[in-house]
Amino acid sequence: MADLARIYVHLVGARIRSQLEYRLSAAFQLVGTALLTALDFAAIAAIFANVDQLGDWSIREVALLYALATISFALTDLVVGHLDLLPQMIREGTLDGILVRPLPSLFQLVAADFAIRRVGKALQGVGVLIFALVTVDIDWSVGRVLAIPLAIAAGAVIYAAVWVSLATIAFWIVDAIEVVNAFTYGGSFLSQYPIGIFARWLRGLVVFVVPIAFVAYFPALYLLDKDDALGLPRAFSFVSPLVACLAAIAATAIWRNAVRHYRSAGG
Amino acid sequence: MIEVHDVEKRFIVRAKTGRLRRERREVMAVDGISFEIESGAMVGYVGPNGAGKSTTVKMLTGILVPSAGRLRVAGLDPSRQRIELARRIGVVFGQRSQLWWDLPLADSFDLLRHIYRVPAQRHRENLERFTATLGLGAFMTTPVRQLSLGQRMRGELTAALLHDPDIVFLDEPTIGLDVVAKSAVREFLTDVNRNRGVTVLLTTHDLADIERLCSRLLIVDHGHLIWDGGLDELKRRYGQERTLVVDLEETVPPLELPGVRVTRVEGPRQWLAFRRDETSAAELTAAVAARAPLLDLAIEETQIEEIVRRIYAAGGAPLAT
Repeated sequence: MADLARIYVHLVGARIRSQLEYRLSAAFQLVGTALLTALDFAAIAAIFANVDQLGDWSIREVALLYALATISFALTDLVVGHLDLLPQMIREGTLDGILVRPLPSLFQLVAADFAIRRVGKALQGVGVLIFALVTVDIDWSVGRVLAIPLAIAAGAVIYAAVWVSLATIAFWIVDAIEVVNAFTYGGSFLSQYPIGIFARWLRGLVVFVVPIAFVAYFPALYLLDKDDALGLPRAFSFVSPLVACLAAIAATAIWRNAVRHYRSAGG
Repeated sequence: MIEVHDVEKRFIVRAKTGRLRRERREVMAVDGISFEIESGAMVGYVGPNGAGKSTTVKMLTGILVPSAGRLRVAGLDPSRQRIELARRIGVVFGQRSQLWWDLPLADSFDLLRHIYRVPAQRHRENLERFTATLGLGAFMTTPVRQLSLGQRMRGELTAALLHDPDIVFLDEPTIGLDVVAKSAVREFLTDVNRNRGVTVLLTTHDLADIERLCSRLLIVDHGHLIWDGGLDELKRRYGQERTLVVDLEETVPPLELPGVRVTRVEGPRQWLAFRRDETSAAELTAAVAARAPLLDLAIEETQIEEIVRRIYAAGGAPLAT
């Protein structure tokens, strides 16, 4: 494990160095990404310009939810976002090169890139988080302080697990990337809203099937000392790290199975 | 070192047959192949395009999971013990780079040292040695994307051998290279095989690779093994015929010369097939020149496709396994 971490630093370090060869371009992209994602928040703010409440959530509370979801998603995007190159690697057979190296294949794919510009998204989320934490009433305790980084990390792992699992579709259907994107980016969109406002089937989906409700919604309930509008037990508010572990285990298993179906390309 | 028993690989191919319809078809890329390769051997694995060469190599290296049969490489099951196997083998794909596109060779080699956990001392020794034999020094700090194909291939070979593998698999290592680069690659492989005892399995299109490198040769076609033996024996049986292509000053009827078959005529250009053991190219050239003014000439050696055709024509069948 320590070995993998060291190799990750070496591989990603090489990628970052090559991006920094064009410093100005990297800086522009970073700022550009931050501004673009700020538009997402503007969209939510626009809703609140017309309504004061979303379910029983105020705009400040939604801002907290939004910030947690955005930061988690940005971290996932930063670390595994380049998985959207998988269909291309499968089509061109470049995955071969990864499979002949003595490291887990998923690890190598994850370590293959680190796009600095994606840090912009996280920065924007951090801005909103600070705004929310300052304006929302939180009954602070040690648990609640720790819950914030823990929720962000668990959320990132949950997103990553969903992302990896969906990406494996490419081993069977190479051109499925648009469908996959609909779920990954769509999923991040869903997790920015209190799930109480969703239709019943959609709530069931994000809690029990693709557990993105655990990214921000349940941790936010805990921070705000709120009850789930639909009466799910309070315990759901603390289990995000556990859900993250289970999701990671499931995603790894799905990945392993999928790689055995790799067909490579050419003669 | 390598054992292959009744190995098969099936692919499901879906071909579009209409606007929405798709036909589902099963293709046997490898259809029951068996062979063994002992430690320290250098074996050529050849066949026409789509014969199943690369598929076999991909199964041996753990990239593809076989549909049936048993594979052992260095005592390991490639697809199930992929990572363990990866430490003990080196792989070069002629058409795909294994190096980091944006990095200079020096950085790539350094990353590989970490990935394969090669002790620093051993890494340095190997790198010095390969740098000297392959002449890498001149382009060690150039990003890989700026290297010529020949330079890149030398980098690929080094990358595949830095961790002291027991076996190297080379898939078309000389494809697209010029004569000088080809011979550098061949010399290097001979050296690695002789002096380091590395087992080499080489797939190629180019019979000259086999001629310079391999004492044993496996030929596959349509997923079957149709030859397993020495190159000399193969040539004696099927490869005697060469072709002299002559450009004459004017168009004449197909030349009639003893021991020569005219296989093709295109205006003033004629293709003359002759047997190596009966006539020399020099004799034949003189004979042609005596009959019609000669502008230009070239000799075509027997291509692997041609040999495969002849094996079939001679009633050859998939080798019993």
